[in-house]
Amino acid sequence: MTTTLSLVLVVSAALFCVGLLAALSRRHAIFILIGIELMLAAANINFVAFWRFGPQPQEPTGVMVAIFSIAIAAAEAAVGLALVIAVYRHYRTIEVDKLDQLKG
Amino acid sequence: MSSAAFLVIAILTLAGALAAATLPKLIHAALCLVVTFFGIAALYFFLGAEFVGLVQVFVYVGAVAVLIVFTILLTRRESETTGPFNWGGVVIAVAVFCGLTWAILHTSALPQAAPQIEALTVKRIGEVLMTDYVWPLQCVGLLLTAALLGALVLVMEEKRR
Amino acid sequence: MIEFLDQIFVHTKGKLLSPLANAPDWVGHAASSLLNISAMLGVFMALFALMSVLERKILARIQNRYGPNRVGPFGLFQPVADGIKLLIKEDIVPFRADKVVHFLAPIMVAAPTILALGVIPYGRNMTPFAIDGGILFFFAVGSATELAVFMAGWGSNNKFSMLGAMRAIAQMVSYELPLLITVLPVVMVVGSLSPDAIVAAQSGYWFVVTPWGAAAFLLFFVSGLVESNRTPFDVPEGESEIVAGHMTEYSGFKYATFFLAEYFGMFAVSGLAVTLFLGGWQAPIDALQFIPSYFWFFAKLGALLFVFIWIRGTLPRMRVDHVMNFAWKFMLPMAFTCVLAAAIWHYQARGLAGWLWSLGIVLAAYLGLSRVLDTRKNLSARTYRFAE
Repeated sequence: MTTTLSLVLVVSAALFCVGLLAALSRRHAIFILIGIELMLAAANINFVAFWRFGPQPQEPTGVMVAIFSIAIAAAEAAVGLALVIAVYRHYRTIEVDKLDQLKG
Repeated sequence: MSSAAFLVIAILTLAGALAAATLPKLIHAALCLVVTFFGIAALYFFLGAEFVGLVQVFVYVGAVAVLIVFTILLTRRESETTGPFNWGGVVIAVAVFCGLTWAILHTSALPQAAPQIEALTVKRIGEVLMTDYVWPLQCVGLLLTAALLGALVLVMEEKRR
Repeated sequence: MIEFLDQIFVHTKGKLLSPLANAPDWVGHAASSLLNISAMLGVFMALFALMSVLERKILARIQNRYGPNRVGPFGLFQPVADGIKLLIKEDIVPFRADKVVHFLAPIMVAAPTILALGVIPYGRNMTPFAIDGGILFFFAVGSATELAVFMAGWGSNNKFSMLGAMRAIAQMVSYELPLLITVLPVVMVVGSLSPDAIVAAQSGYWFVVTPWGAAAFLLFFVSGLVESNRTPFDVPEGESEIVAGHMTEYSGFKYATFFLAEYFGMFAVSGLAVTLFLGGWQAPIDALQFIPSYFWFFAKLGALLFVFIWIRGTLPRMRVDHVMNFAWKFMLPMAFTCVLAAAIWHYQARGLAGWLWSLGIVLAAYLGLSRVLDTRKNLSARTYRFAE
């Protein structure tokens, strides 16, 4: 069985769902961030896979989007983790269940 | 393209991701995440985008993983129990996976074989970055500067009176 | 004859792989990679053993004493004795340490440095793995070392280890930026990230003789010193301060693995410095081209390693806040001016105007930075008071 585009897409869909699982089922804020990073990485794999299996001659569009997406994901991880540290300093907890002071 | 190598890499990556999502101890989950990132970089190499794979290792393993591990250190609680597992999340994730797989397998317009392309050199990526994508490049630079300043401001300690 | 000696290893490998000519493609690739890896590991393990004893002997001579001279002629079998001692030591793991993390940390420190050694060209046609983005690969795997140092400090469940690991990571992350930015002028001028292309581009003159090249080489060398935690930047393993930093709770062979990682890191950074600035495997002048290329590479590598050891024997340890100030306030601006000077040199068509302009810019930046960063301590004359 050769590697087809469908196989690569199924693998990246599985990675996306594992990331979704991590983001939905954990209460620790850092786990949610890990899930978000996994989802972003799965989307990047999709971009590169479509670039690879696309028509010829090839513009490196998929690769460029993946590179920019990696840079933006790094920035988002930095700011997200800074937020987590700031929240920890203030509330002494980072279980997202316990951060409910604005609950109506 | 060798399918056996691809399956091995894919299984390793998914196992690492699953471990990162489900392990109770946070630091073990972070290390499994590092394995996942390496697996994803291997996938990029396999798909012929070597530069993206190297950038992935550089940025994700060298920066994001270090950030995550630092934050785990700085926000340590003595009791790291995670409480009852949330099965609703599992149901939703499985449902989404089934939906996506059904959509992928029922799309008939997908090309089935990998065409032969010339290797994408770093020189070509550099040319394209500086000609077609120069505005996104500048915007990403601005965004990274803004993120750096924002992260600094967020964790700066307030001056004690 | 000259060409035969130069390519002797390449021909040997070809002869060893010729029985596999009829095998499928991946068998040939795998066998070739295995041969490359085992040759590289063999050479560098031998160099590691040799260097561990040579370093102690050279340090000893600087300090006016003999080094190890009991085991074997001139003490050259000392690594064998060291290896046996470390192997038979009891492997102590702290009771409340995180066993998986504690076990994996030495391996994860050593593995990236061995990976990084694989992209350096050791001779004509003698790069183990010639990747198109070789320089980026080198730095990508180098950045995985910081994570492993953190794992070592965390997994030991020891406050001193954690403190040592934090200091080590702060130092390594700060100096990674000058390390990367000083490589940028070379990559910019050559136009490729492949180490083979960079060595081939230095066939006229080495990059170290250009003004920006000399400044970039010095900055790269100092950053390499810091990245491998060598004196004067060995705060992470400062014995008098924090026992052994992140390596405190490691005994026996795991400790040896940390030092293997440090030495291999030195080899990798020196190898890259030779490739980028000192012309790789090229001879200095054309008349000496008959000497094999790998001999030139290892001669230059040996010279750089000697300078590493020399600096270790001469300079005291720097204070940790001085280390960080030096990185962010001096080395980073100087690295950026090297990039600017290289660009001007290149776009003046490498003529005399280009050389003079780049020299001027580098000197102006250096003088300006040293005036601005001067701490202006007015030290008064020393007064001596003797007991009456």
